[in-house]
Amino acid sequence: MPFAGWEMPVQYAGVIAEHVAVRSAIGLFDISHMGILDFAGDGVREFLDGILTNKVSDLAENQIRYSLICRPDGGILDDVLIYRLPTHYRLVVNASNTDKIVDWLEHQNTSQHWSIDISVQNSALALLAVQGPEATALLQNMVGDAADLAAVRYYRGTQAPFLGNTITITRTGYTGEDGFELFVPADDAAEAWATILDQGAPHGIAPVGLGARDTLRLEAGLPLYGHELDDATSPFDAGLQKFVRFKNRHFIGKEALLEERQLGPDRELIGLELIDRGIARDGCLIVVAGEDVGVVTSGTFSPTLQKAIAIANVETGTALAGTTVHVRIRADLRAARVVALPFYQRPR
Amino acid sequence: MNIPDELCYTKEHEWARMEDDLCVIGITDFAQGELGDIVYVELPQPGTHVDMMGEFGVVESVKTASDLFSPLAGEIVEVNDELTDNPELVNDSPYEEGWMIKLRPSNLDEDWPTLLDAAGYEAVLAESGAH
Repeated sequence: MPFAGWEMPVQYAGVIAEHVAVRSAIGLFDISHMGILDFAGDGVREFLDGILTNKVSDLAENQIRYSLICRPDGGILDDVLIYRLPTHYRLVVNASNTDKIVDWLEHQNTSQHWSIDISVQNSALALLAVQGPEATALLQNMVGDAADLAAVRYYRGTQAPFLGNTITITRTGYTGEDGFELFVPADDAAEAWATILDQGAPHGIAPVGLGARDTLRLEAGLPLYGHELDDATSPFDAGLQKFVRFKNRHFIGKEALLEERQLGPDRELIGLELIDRGIARDGCLIVVAGEDVGVVTSGTFSPTLQKAIAIANVETGTALAGTTVHVRIRADLRAARVVALPFYQRPR
Repeated sequence: MNIPDELCYTKEHEWARMEDDLCVIGITDFAQGELGDIVYVELPQPGTHVDMMGEFGVVESVKTASDLFSPLAGEIVEVNDELTDNPELVNDSPYEEGWMIKLRPSNLDEDWPTLLDAAGYEAVLAESGAH
């Protein structure tokens, strides 16, 4: 399936089987379509801290943070991960937003008189995600004694030998499971893919496509740009205010977001579990007491819960947790229960 | 891909088979494979009338929703209730246990010859680039 200019598999063996493999064993994802941007030059830290809503300046070496990039009016341009690697800063951005974000960053670079070197690394690096309860055991075997992956905390990374290269391995993911993401030299990516599958076979590893990537992130309540997030949505609308850090810093969108923090957001994201049969998909209207109060942003069948689930964007306060609302699916109104996000949290 | 010789087909990937005076209808092996894991099948009440190539229901997979079209005009006299709790039967057995409706045709003599035979359906798939 074509996706943001890449040929991507929706599924290998089947969405549900792949989903279950990640929840119960390991899944391997090729997410090389994600935009990988590396930064060099004087003042990179200050440059990025002036753009990202989350704080960049106090990142420790090999620490990673989730952040948003907003317009001056607070609308979300993208959601990203910022990495402080030992040698430089890196951003990983959504595939479909890569060109837009590079243009946005270059515009700031020029207009604010920085001379930052921004380079897209997608020809040089592949990005593989190894996710699931067995991921640590498998990868620890593959890196040997040179690194202790169990000691790498969530949203931290390390550099470790892997199939002849020293690569960056980070404890990050988009599935709601424990796991790692690996930046592999593009020339060695096919071999890495095959070797991980081979060595993961005793663990029950499965290659996972975009279909299960979506069902996994949805169960985990993680937003997807173009669905829960877009440039008409602010971090507050999306419940992502904890990734906006106001104190002692300036970033693009700060004034608008400060105002919104005072007024309170007029939209919110809610979770829905369908009571009636059917699947609520992106675009279905939410009806409360005969009034349209919002719209489904993502919906699917949850393989873990064995029921239809959805995330919806509604007017604040119109659909409270525990209440029943209706979703317009084709011609019919179907009952759904408002529930807290996420739908799934891994056992710890 | 399984395309039984004894069935007739539509370009929309339904199959039809006459059993005495009733027509049994479902979706093809190709269709279930394209949809992936089927999680919900929405079928009409028995007694519903449907036009030739009229919508009679919806099949939902994890990935997508797809309308179902009736190969023949007629009255739906029975639906496969097994699919309510076991929609995956459509994946596992699209031509047998995964049947969807039984219909009493209202215009059989004219409608039936317009359906594709197995070779014709295979040609449709080949044209669309499916193998």
